[in-house]
Amino acid sequence: MVAKRIIPCLDVDQGRVVKGVRFVDIIDAGDPVEQAKFYNDSGADELVFLDITATHERRGIMHEVVRKTADQVFIPLTVGGGLRSLEDMRAMLHAGADKVSLNSAALKNPEIITEGAQAFGSQCIVVAIDAKRINDNPLSWEVFTHGGRKSTGIDALAWAKEAEKRGAGELLVTSMDRDGTKDGYDIELLRHLHALVQIPVIASGGAGNLEHLKDGLLHGKADAVLAASIFHFREYTIEEAKSYLDEKGVRVRVS
Amino acid sequence: MLCIIDYGIGNLRSIEKALQAVGADVLRSDRPEDIMAADRVVLPGVGAFGACADEIRRRNLVDTIHEVVAHGTPLLGVCVGLQLLFDYSDEMGHHKGLGIIPGRVTRFLHSYATVPAGVEDDEEETPLLKIPHMGWNSIAPQRNSPLMHGLPESAHFYFVHSYHAIPEVEEDVLAYTHYGIHIPAIVHRNNVFGVQFHPEKSHNNGLTVLKNFAELNL
Repeated sequence: MVAKRIIPCLDVDQGRVVKGVRFVDIIDAGDPVEQAKFYNDSGADELVFLDITATHERRGIMHEVVRKTADQVFIPLTVGGGLRSLEDMRAMLHAGADKVSLNSAALKNPEIITEGAQAFGSQCIVVAIDAKRINDNPLSWEVFTHGGRKSTGIDALAWAKEAEKRGAGELLVTSMDRDGTKDGYDIELLRHLHALVQIPVIASGGAGNLEHLKDGLLHGKADAVLAASIFHFREYTIEEAKSYLDEKGVRVRVS
Repeated sequence: MLCIIDYGIGNLRSIEKALQAVGADVLRSDRPEDIMAADRVVLPGVGAFGACADEIRRRNLVDTIHEVVAHGTPLLGVCVGLQLLFDYSDEMGHHKGLGIIPGRVTRFLHSYATVPAGVEDDEEETPLLKIPHMGWNSIAPQRNSPLMHGLPESAHFYFVHSYHAIPEVEEDVLAYTHYGIHIPAIVHRNNVFGVQFHPEKSHNNGLTVLKNFAELNL
């Protein structure tokens, strides 16, 4: 069987890596190509670049970042953020991304998932879902956009199922309740998703220590875990994470 | 010179950069004279088998590839490039392959039994196999080969595919991988090799295989 994946995520603003804590307190953390090479060398299974560049005109910078990265980094690379059309996706894949991640554009126009899957194959299309618990309903989640600021009224589980039906190859699910808290992934959310969809689920939001990674993979049954700060600030290395998970009986790539 | 057959399918930049990273002198071309002149040939392939096979035919490259193989030039099929080496595929109809290695290509079935990774604290369950087979999986070599020289034990590679080869001759399989069933990860017949995984996305192990191929002494 395939190994569970550890995926560092780099937030990139106008060509520079920044780190997001609850999507507000952002500090500069360096050059994306150098960071990608570092993670590539230290055993990351994949990389995600999230382009948080606000102005549309400056988005082109990301193509160059992706091209330079793909030329030197020989693991799969997913790029998300601001992709609105088939042409946006094509340009990113052409620059060297292996997958593209769609978020608000897919909510606005779900047909773009199908179009992308038909043009490039489902394996290229990741749908990112930012989910937040609904207060008065403990096992229900709502989709949020704009870094968790804007509610959509859409049920996150229903949206996950629809994204799969429309051709998504993978779901990247961030718990907006946990993001930046270091309290661990939302395990219940992950378990519900696991029971619901047949495509891989990448857990995101809340990882603060290695046990959280294990819990997301074993209890949450996620296929992969996305983590930023615990790796960016070298609290743990990818090697440490892998040997811990290996010890705990999680199948990871160590050779 | 190593020639990547560029028949207009997919992005070949990654495989080109990976081959250059291991020191190969790489040319991308669909001209028969370039392919014939190369001392190594890589046959890539992504997407649908039928679309790849059609494009190779449309560019009149079938005879060229057969000549290269008959001439003894090492050839490496990658992903759908491996699948194209076989007789046919049933991906969306019936599509003829190159017929270099006997066998066929067919789809994974959801019903293949699967055991989830990390089952320790798990309740009993028999989930359906997720398709495509996507992610890092280990290979089980069946014998020694210069192509696999220097790989660690149970080396992992990055796979993305929904269809897999079923070779007629077991000896044509250099290494299997397991995803619901055993499927060929590396095939080999004479001077022809094929890898189902993406070496250009498989970090050091992928680069090792590409380096071995580039330096192959048959």
